[in-house]
Amino acid sequence: MLVLTLVVAAQIAYLVGLQRQWRRGRPWSFWRLLALLAGTSMVLFAISPPVMLHAHQDLRGHMLQHLLLGMFAPLLLVLAAPVSLLLRTLPTAGARALVAVLRSGPLRLLAHPLTALLLNLGGMYLLYLTPLYAASLGSPALHWLVHWHFLAAGCLFTWAILAGPDPAPHAARAWVRLGVLFVAMAAHATLAKLMYGFGWPRGTHHGLEEIQAAAQLMYYGGDLAEMLLLGLLFARWGRRRGCAGRPTGGPVALPCVSK
Amino acid sequence: MEPGHSLGAAVLVGGGVMAAVDEIVFHQLLQWHHFFDQSTPMIGIFSDGMLHAAELIILVAGFFWIARLARRQALIPSWTRAGLLLGMGGFQLFDGIVDHKLLRLHQVRYGVELLPYDLAWNLCGLVLLLIGVWLWRRAAAAAR
Repeated sequence: MLVLTLVVAAQIAYLVGLQRQWRRGRPWSFWRLLALLAGTSMVLFAISPPVMLHAHQDLRGHMLQHLLLGMFAPLLLVLAAPVSLLLRTLPTAGARALVAVLRSGPLRLLAHPLTALLLNLGGMYLLYLTPLYAASLGSPALHWLVHWHFLAAGCLFTWAILAGPDPAPHAARAWVRLGVLFVAMAAHATLAKLMYGFGWPRGTHHGLEEIQAAAQLMYYGGDLAEMLLLGLLFARWGRRRGCAGRPTGGPVALPCVSK
Repeated sequence: MEPGHSLGAAVLVGGGVMAAVDEIVFHQLLQWHHFFDQSTPMIGIFSDGMLHAAELIILVAGFFWIARLARRQALIPSWTRAGLLLGMGGFQLFDGIVDHKLLRLHQVRYGVELLPYDLAWNLCGLVLLLIGVWLWRRAAAAAR
């Protein structure tokens, strides 16, 4: 219920910001709105009670949730450019404060592709190759934490790799971002195969066949999401050579921070 | 017109396709070998993960390059065909000679008489590569 409220609140906030932009006669891409609605709907679907129940009983259901929350929804949510909309909508003082937060040391460290990689893939290795997954089945609080971590780490990672459309606190060089994505793809494929081959996560009621089917879903579903992310990265690469070619999404106050 | 771009983009796609065929058919479906078989199965799986990621990135990069050339109407079909075959044959032969024989990272299959497998693997690569060279020379001759 709390989650439903949060997601709907985020949708309403986005729509309010959008309406202000329109009223001031400033354009905002229709596709971004569509991305937000699709992304938030995907989150709501993934955590809806029937899907939750299914995921609790069947690891394939859990894996579908993992793919939606950690990979596909973040793609859509990052493409919706909520930070840019917030920067445009906030009064000047508020926008300045937000920019200061975005450019602060801790956030730049958090948003570095390597940190995002560690949080995203490290979290997955920790979840599936340790008793953490089994523990999460028994503890509702831990269970929620796992799901929110998937979503948050997925968004952070997608944002760090694309370095846009929102101004990224740490816009690493495109080659660095591609390299980190390469490591993430290899690590994701490796983890899925380790689960398939060695029957992780262990200590649960899931049978080996079910785990293998879930690992396959993770492997191929992950491929699809990673190829979409790769496509977006390459599509932005051409448009954005250095800082001169920055997409003009509006008067975004962040100066170029890529070296 | 930049024939080198059409050729280069297609070489990427061809190499990526052949790597994907190798990785999907021989690593995943038949499970004859991993990319690196000189260590534990764990390392083998990890090396396959890297091969998988690299091949996907090269494929997508090649497709993007081709799409960009096509949008600028700078894609030359004869050079693209040549590049595709050169990439496929080049990867197959490189894998067969350098990876299998010189570096001995892995063999085509284990527990069998290897020679027919090696011959089939490398001849397949050689034929693809030669067709690529032939197409390349024909495209170059037509450009002159």
